[in-house]
Amino acid sequence: MIANYGYMDGSGEFFVRIDTGKCDGCADCVAACPAGVLQVAEDENDPLSEQPVAKVNEDHRRKLKYSCGPCKPVAGRPPLPCVAACKPGAIEHSW
Amino acid sequence: MAEEFWRWTEYRKTMDGVDWKSAEALTVGVDVGSVSSQAVIMADGKLYAYSSMRTGSDSPQSAQKAMDWALEGTGLTMDKIRYTVGTGYGRVNVPFSNRAITEIACHARGAHYLYGPTVRTVLDMGGQDCKAIRCDEKGKVLSFLMNDKCAAGTGRGMEVFADLLQVPIAEIGERSLDVDEEPRPVSSTCVVFAKSEATGLLREGWPKNKVIAAYCSAMAKRVVTLLERTGVQKDFAITGGIAKNSGVVTRLAKELGIKPLDTGYDTQLAGAVGAALFAQSIVKKSMSKAGAG
Repeated sequence: MIANYGYMDGSGEFFVRIDTGKCDGCADCVAACPAGVLQVAEDENDPLSEQPVAKVNEDHRRKLKYSCGPCKPVAGRPPLPCVAACKPGAIEHSW
Repeated sequence: MAEEFWRWTEYRKTMDGVDWKSAEALTVGVDVGSVSSQAVIMADGKLYAYSSMRTGSDSPQSAQKAMDWALEGTGLTMDKIRYTVGTGYGRVNVPFSNRAITEIACHARGAHYLYGPTVRTVLDMGGQDCKAIRCDEKGKVLSFLMNDKCAAGTGRGMEVFADLLQVPIAEIGERSLDVDEEPRPVSSTCVVFAKSEATGLLREGWPKNKVIAAYCSAMAKRVVTLLERTGVQKDFAITGGIAKNSGVVTRLAKELGIKPLDTGYDTQLAGAVGAALFAQSIVKKSMSKAGAG
């Protein structure tokens, strides 16, 4: 499943996209994120599956622009810690 | 008292040809949304009875009221219900539910039932959010995107608009199509700004229908950008209250170049139907486990 967590408003589109088909639940991204945006838990949108996957914490979903902001300087962007930490390449950002 | 133009009709129905007495398992789905609440009773995975009403300020009470109304006249009582799943914004506030499941999972599953297994893209235009969901032939979610940070493109936005223009909400769609020429959409999709923009257009002398058309058009365009992110694949279904608004649906179909599927069911039931179907799956799973053990 491609899970798009985030929102769009007048200032842009801010989605963290997690491919739960690729995610193996290793939680490397959880440790890598300095803002505590991610967690590994049961897939709430696939209620009959018991496989834990990465997801965006509920309290960050409507403020991702700000939660992820510190990892996204305007110039000289380093790779995003969550994206770099994810070995299967399951995480993408829309902005 | 002033007329309430936003007020839509609450309803309940018992389906013909389904008898709960001969059913093996009765399950319930309750969708407590931000604007409306639905309770659905299913007999062996078949829609039996339902109700839809306004969500009040007290979610547990709204869930109970919708449930009581769905049961009314059926001779059925809560103790005969095997399993209840709550969904929607207020899903954790359904006191009699056994489990809460997200509205994304429930809408895909519900649309699969209401529109048939060919559905691949579901757009839920709810009371206070918009969801674009892609699903497989079993109604399982393949990808989703939800926007609940902004009221543009939602039922609540339409209610505000109906009230501003003093046009009953059920007439908005039809009246928006009754224009000589399609006006440019209102430039702002934010409900608050669109409202002041509409007021300005009325002051300029635009007829009401034209202003409504400009708003419906903006709403359709807004939702298309949301859909583009997940991609639209045929067959396409729209659920939620706005699916009943022909003004938005017609314009959306035109923008996408895809005609949405029709359903004989009520479009607002998708979430609750999906919840009741998950309840059915859970009951079945436990029955087969018990049988195996």
